[in-house]
Amino acid sequence: MENYFEIKNLQVNYRTYEGEKSVLNIERIVLEKGKTFGLVGESGAGKSILAQTILGVLPRPPGVIKGGSIFFNGEDLLLKSEKNMRKIRGKKIAMIFQDPMSTLNPVFTVGTQIVRVIRQNQGVNKKEAIKRAIEKIELVKIPDAEGIMDAYPHELSGGQRQRIIIAMALSCDAELLIADEPTRNLDVTIQAGILKLLSKLQKELHVTVLFIANNLGLVSATCDNLAMLHDGKIIEMGTTNEVLYNPQHPYTRAFIEAMPKDREHDCHLKRIFANSNPKEQFSGCQNVSLCLEKEDKCNLSVPVLKLYSGTHYVACHMA
Amino acid sequence: MMPHIISWNAIVPRIKEFRETLFLLNKNKLTKAAIISLYILVFVAIFSPWIAPHPTHILLDTNPENKLLAPSAEYFFGTDELGRDIFSRVLYGTRISLQTGFLAVGISLLIGVPLGAIAGASSGWIDEVIMRITDVFLSFPGLLLAICIAAILGPSLQNAMFAIAVSWWPWYTRIVRGQAISLRERQFVKAARAIGTPHFKIIFSHIIPNCIAPVVVQASMDIGGVILTIAALSFLGLGAQPPTPEWGLMVSTSRTYFLSAWWYSFFPGMAILITVLLFNLLGDGLREVLDPKTRKK
Amino acid sequence: MRIFIVKRLLLGILVLFGVITVTFVLVRIIPSDPAAQWVGPRATVAQIEAARMELGLNDSVFVQYADFISDLMRGDLGKSIRTHQPVMKELKTFLPATLELVWISTFFGVFIGLYLGVLSAQRKDQWVDHLCRFFSVATVSIPSFWVGLLLQSVFYGHFDILPLGERLSMNVKLFNEIPDITGMLLFDSLITGNTVVFFDALKHLILPGFVMALFPIGLVARMTRSALLEILNEDYIVAARSYGLPERIIMWSYALKNSLGPTATVVTLAIGFTLVNTFLVESIFSWPGIGNYIASAIVSLDYPAIMGVTIFSAVSYVFLNLVADLVIALDPRVRI
Repeated sequence: MENYFEIKNLQVNYRTYEGEKSVLNIERIVLEKGKTFGLVGESGAGKSILAQTILGVLPRPPGVIKGGSIFFNGEDLLLKSEKNMRKIRGKKIAMIFQDPMSTLNPVFTVGTQIVRVIRQNQGVNKKEAIKRAIEKIELVKIPDAEGIMDAYPHELSGGQRQRIIIAMALSCDAELLIADEPTRNLDVTIQAGILKLLSKLQKELHVTVLFIANNLGLVSATCDNLAMLHDGKIIEMGTTNEVLYNPQHPYTRAFIEAMPKDREHDCHLKRIFANSNPKEQFSGCQNVSLCLEKEDKCNLSVPVLKLYSGTHYVACHMA
Repeated sequence: MMPHIISWNAIVPRIKEFRETLFLLNKNKLTKAAIISLYILVFVAIFSPWIAPHPTHILLDTNPENKLLAPSAEYFFGTDELGRDIFSRVLYGTRISLQTGFLAVGISLLIGVPLGAIAGASSGWIDEVIMRITDVFLSFPGLLLAICIAAILGPSLQNAMFAIAVSWWPWYTRIVRGQAISLRERQFVKAARAIGTPHFKIIFSHIIPNCIAPVVVQASMDIGGVILTIAALSFLGLGAQPPTPEWGLMVSTSRTYFLSAWWYSFFPGMAILITVLLFNLLGDGLREVLDPKTRKK
Repeated sequence: MRIFIVKRLLLGILVLFGVITVTFVLVRIIPSDPAAQWVGPRATVAQIEAARMELGLNDSVFVQYADFISDLMRGDLGKSIRTHQPVMKELKTFLPATLELVWISTFFGVFIGLYLGVLSAQRKDQWVDHLCRFFSVATVSIPSFWVGLLLQSVFYGHFDILPLGERLSMNVKLFNEIPDITGMLLFDSLITGNTVVFFDALKHLILPGFVMALFPIGLVARMTRSALLEILNEDYIVAARSYGLPERIIMWSYALKNSLGPTATVVTLAIGFTLVNTFLVESIFSWPGIGNYIASAIVSLDYPAIMGVTIFSAVSYVFLNLVADLVIALDPRVRI
């Protein structure tokens, strides 16, 4: 069976003055239609680069796509021309960005920006677009939708802005939503509200969601499947239950242990593997210097993603 | 006197940064070409009396029988109304333009840097007075003030140079003041003050040496503009006087003959254009490399 | 907002006052004796003394300064030594020609510059970008007086398709009624429907207008490029792209509106420079404006005239800077 959305052997490099370095090297990711897929990793792991690559908005240079393919509805997005990509962007795949402070254009009112997106993607006249924009703002539960239309982004609170961004992404009527750390930079209580809204909208509108986060707690409640991204590579992947309750990769285990659980005890942070220094040429596992469970074979070759059990994949020699 | 302790750790990143800057400057082909051409230009400026095919034509030697000849193997750029070789005169003009350009920027630095350091280090009314004066000077368009001063001092190359310096210094005052304000709060300045170093000694031995780098960069970017302004003043009759082979003056004299002898105005003007262009290209390259926003590219 | 405007206006007045004072000081340190120049080379001592009285040169410097300021308040810039006419009156005669030239050349210069800047930012590091950048550096490095001569010798000397200088051809001046409403020929002939004068004036404007437009083109193109490159890296641009907005809207609306602040500053700078550039360009094209006026004033060391033009230019410059600051203040992000 053909997968709804599949990434295969995707390699992305960044060009710096010290030469090119690999920032993304993904063997395989599969998204099922109508489900939520969580992609977890710490800052700098390459999550946002992946999101931008899928949409074809990765700034190039410095980014260079070295190879691989991204299949969406049977078509390879990487082979599409910029003109054809524009028909996908917004209309089929929309994105919710991580920083509500900088994602809205500061010199236009919120209404102008949503209306423009709706007119572009739904081809309706201005009056109809304004009507639909107000509907979308109501959908994301902001009171006084009409008043908000005339507000400039800096006049809104962080939570309101993030809701507007979600409304903007929904305005496209896209079938795949990429949520790139949608709750970063928000207060915890507002985070919860946004998460609830997102999963409610996902169920109501039957969209597929690629949920990118640096926090396993957020992902566990909302996602059906999970992948751990470290240093541009998928190190563990499976259903949420498989990864969370039977983690096989030492990094995943460290990540899970770092989650605050109870207030009373065990709140101290464990040392997590840092992202490796790209300058070093080394043939073995990148994590070898910090990994507590390493053996000799870890120095010799890079572990590849292999099936562990069921739908659970791990990239570690020790698994 | 407290010794100024510089730790190795503080120096390493600076060396790295400097090497990075050089690397980035050389990576941009246009900038690299400009730098190489500027070397050639300086070479020409120094050795022009020896390179020039007709060194006697540079100033007074007139050959009326050869006047206004078109470019030829003998006279690459043709001859002027007195039969002088324009090529030799243009070559020598490089020396005049570079010299006056560097000197004019140097004088503005001499006025601007100490004033900026005093303003930045002193705060209060001294700062206020100096900065308001700077504002006033900056609200004249540069060329206009230079024209006024040159007109008042009387036409000569020295006066033109001085006029430009007088209209240019406020830019450096502004930059240095900004630097000095941040330096004022640094530990070594506070330490110097704490052990009773006199105020003006702090300014000259601590503040100025530490804020000179950005000013020098700015100054190197300004030289192109200054050379252009000198040429413009000479063109208006406020700068170099005949028979000096200054480019602007040559273009000005050529106005009488330009419809019949195109080469007379063409080559000196081209020399101005190329020189100013090279300095501006270098300035652009520097700006791009030193601006943290565009650096990592 | 209102407080900001008032503050800014007060600062502008303060700076203007400084400018006037600097001009006054500059003129008072002239080595030559204005009175002797006033009466001419063959004057007697008594005549010079009378002239000194008339020009108020026997008063103390402070009285002279006070007189100077109070005259200025009444719009009196003194009398030209060369023509013995009030400088203010002469400025009024010469100003329209200059304004026409400055206005048109900056207008086109800014738009061409904006276009080049956008083009260059869109195609960063491609040959179009390199070409645009080289062109924009070249336009700010080129001596305007020299380009003027060059263009004259090509389009008048060689092809003979454009006039050498002045605002109108001799035969047009002789056989047509020249409208004089604002003094700007293009505008006046257009509203009176005088096509002969309009096209003749247009033909005369092309070369000097082009020469003067070069600097604004280069300046605006460079500024727009760097401002846009910075803005194009912003999240909201990536976001706009991912919502499927076409590049045209992203560039010309989303990005360009954000670069309005720096561009406005640069435009006023360009106008200021163009105004001073007339000093070099007008004399080449025998354009009867204030540039030509000051050029001849310099030659005959006519200080009141030089001072008049200086004060006028500085006032316009201060005013332009004020406008630029107000444009920046209109940005919804700036809360004052």
